[in-house]
Amino acid sequence: MSGMLGSYLMLAAILFCLGLYGALTKRSAVIVLLSIELMLNAVNLNLIAFSKYGVVPGLKGQIFSLFNMTIAAAEAAVGIAILIALYRNKGTANVDEFNEMKR
Amino acid sequence: MFDFSFQLTGEYVAFFILAVCIIAGAVLMISFNKVIHMVVSLAFAFIGLAGMYVLLNAEFLAFVQVLIYAGAISILMIFGIMMTKHDQVDEDVRRPWHEGIVAVGCLALFGILFYAIRSTTFPTANWTPPKDNTLEIGKLLYTEHVIPFELMSVLLTVAFIGAIVLAKREAD
Repeated sequence: MSGMLGSYLMLAAILFCLGLYGALTKRSAVIVLLSIELMLNAVNLNLIAFSKYGVVPGLKGQIFSLFNMTIAAAEAAVGIAILIALYRNKGTANVDEFNEMKR
Repeated sequence: MFDFSFQLTGEYVAFFILAVCIIAGAVLMISFNKVIHMVVSLAFAFIGLAGMYVLLNAEFLAFVQVLIYAGAISILMIFGIMMTKHDQVDEDVRRPWHEGIVAVGCLALFGILFYAIRSTTFPTANWTPPKDNTLEIGKLLYTEHVIPFELMSVLLTVAFIGAIVLAKREAD
């Protein structure tokens, strides 16, 4: 059944690359955050696939990805809070206009 | 060079349908113009990933995925859009060379990953999944992984208090 593991890894690679492309090209900060969530999800899929089909199958991979989801939730909440604070100060939500540190 | 052979089992059929849903959601996220449509299509992809977790004998994680990603994070992002500019359109490219370079870089990364995955033979081991997935995860969380678990709860508390402090109006 090692063919299934390859398929899962391939799907995760596609998702990771799509998330990377979205995170680097989209202008809206909300969508950049969501693309990062997509990349984290691809990693979760890898962890769970290896916890079923890997060399040492078990529940460890699922526990790791549970922790991963917690971190992702915290990251999304803090990211949205920073975004709302920035919007209040600058009146825009586009990432290419947050350039105070460039000047 | 690469081995693409597979057996047409039920798992493979379910995998294929779910994979089409997930990739369609992600690609639509890239190609839609309105921000709110992007969030909804990505929520669709997250629900497909939950189905994939069921396929991988991780039922508890599938429910957590639906609750946290398809529920909480999508709603949070929709709130984020509503509190900023809610009829926002991600405008067309002003920097086509930038998108081109990023696309080439992502495709190169995918090529490397594709080559690595397809040219590796993964050793396999037999494993019978436990009957009650949630029970076993709970036992592991409270015995072997209890310190990371408690650290995670502290981290969540700190992060959410920080988020409230950041998003609150300072003038009041």
